[in-house]
Amino acid sequence: MDKFETSVLSLVKSDGRMREKDIATALKCDESKVVKALESLEKRGVILGYTAVVDEGKLGKDYVEALIEVKVTPKSAKGFDEIAADIERFDEVKSLYLMSGAYDLCIIIEGKTLREVAMFVSEKLSCLDSVLSTATHFILKKYKIDGMSVEKVENERLVVQP
Amino acid sequence: MIDYGKKINAAVRSIKPSGIRKFFDIAAEIPDAISLGVGEPDFVTPWNTRSAAITSLRRGHTAYTSNRGLKELRSEISRYLSARFSLDYNPDTEMFVTVGASEAIDLALRTLVSEGDEVLVPDPSYVSYVPGITLAGGVPVPVPTRAEDDFALTVSALRVAASKKSKVLILPYPNNPTGAIMTKEQLEEVARFAVEHDLMIISDEIYAELTYGRRHVSVCALSGMKERCVLISGFSKAFAMTGWRIGYVAAPKEVTDGMLKIHQYTIMCAPTFSQYAALGALKDGAIDGYADVEYMREQYDMRRSFLVSRFNGMGLECFEPKGAFYVFPSVKKSGGDGEEFAGRLLKEKHVAVVPGGAFGESGKDYVRCSYACSLATLKTACDRIEEFLK
Repeated sequence: MDKFETSVLSLVKSDGRMREKDIATALKCDESKVVKALESLEKRGVILGYTAVVDEGKLGKDYVEALIEVKVTPKSAKGFDEIAADIERFDEVKSLYLMSGAYDLCIIIEGKTLREVAMFVSEKLSCLDSVLSTATHFILKKYKIDGMSVEKVENERLVVQP
Repeated sequence: MIDYGKKINAAVRSIKPSGIRKFFDIAAEIPDAISLGVGEPDFVTPWNTRSAAITSLRRGHTAYTSNRGLKELRSEISRYLSARFSLDYNPDTEMFVTVGASEAIDLALRTLVSEGDEVLVPDPSYVSYVPGITLAGGVPVPVPTRAEDDFALTVSALRVAASKKSKVLILPYPNNPTGAIMTKEQLEEVARFAVEHDLMIISDEIYAELTYGRRHVSVCALSGMKERCVLISGFSKAFAMTGWRIGYVAAPKEVTDGMLKIHQYTIMCAPTFSQYAALGALKDGAIDGYADVEYMREQYDMRRSFLVSRFNGMGLECFEPKGAFYVFPSVKKSGGDGEEFAGRLLKEKHVAVVPGGAFGESGKDYVRCSYACSLATLKTACDRIEEFLK
């Protein structure tokens, strides 16, 4: 990862829709250099994709999100990867992390209703062989999502200043 | 009925309200206006700095400090000036902490200028020098700077402007509004001129940390110049601390003693919690190599490249500014002057820029565009300006 790639990455991380042309203008280089860098970052799996950061709460639809703590028995040789791969395959799973501390896997899951999430835990997740126990925490309110404040922060600067 | 015309001091009456005010009033009425008219960082003061102020309040440091400011802060400023700009000032006798660089400018003028003295001011420049000179009883003499010289101050322009009454030269580089800087060679020529004409120099270096491609050189660090220089700087721009109102002055003892007299009778001391915040900023910087300052400068640099390139692409001629966070394009080709351009741009495309004329006659055909805002904002502003020019 060279300095140029770091700069490109910092720009697309703060605005995924920024066009190659504008990135090139800001970094004083040819557009083709930016295109190449992005392609390389994508190919190497540094950039996994580009997506919108959405405040689902504002959609006016039923929506719940929960964080599930999962304790599992790791498989010999495969460790946690095999059970993680099983869990990852469920569409409901939004994020999945291996954690240090009191439990092993952390799942962020989204569903339409509380019941839907409950069904996932009781009928899908808990049925997996390696799963020892789960603890489900429902998200009540979001204040910040992926680095973005949910409430617009008022710009306090005066419009025109000396 | 009181005739206030007779009650108000004549010098105050003679000062014109800032040309920027009018624009502010119009822009404030347009809710979706995009502003490139802002003269302060868009970054919030780094957390550690804010935290230092909060800690000082928790500990109950709410009293006055000495007139000069916290001793520890002055020591840190002295070390900072030495490490970053090779300057050598005694923290106990040659400097003190002020309420922003603005106070220091006023104090320096009131201390150095006597009735009728002429003060040379590069034009265009920051809006407060000329009124400050007038209030101090002096006569402001603008020294035109030109786009052809990248708005650097030239000795030939100084020669035309100087007279036997010239006493002080203001040296505001990196410059607001042009973004110009002075190279060491250019400063040396100006320094020779100052010595030749026995001028004192007020060097306003508030943007010293914001230069691109090369480090700022202070005139005060040139050989033999410290004795005739008053260095003014502060935390507003480099440390994103505008609202804290915290700056400082460094100058020979005799000058700071004079300035300190006014400061102690009018101000007492800079706000105590702001002093602790500044102390925190400098201490952190000394440890991490001023990482916050560097980060912000890198961001500004990207925006600068973006704005200059887009402006030149759409036919708004501008030289590449090497300092501060302003681009100063000429709008001559649009047919009108800066004021007309800015007025129409604001009304038709809801983009606020500041007419260059607000900073002096030589800025008349230009507008000042600040890039202290996000790239996304700059992009939208540029798109709108491009449409406007069509």
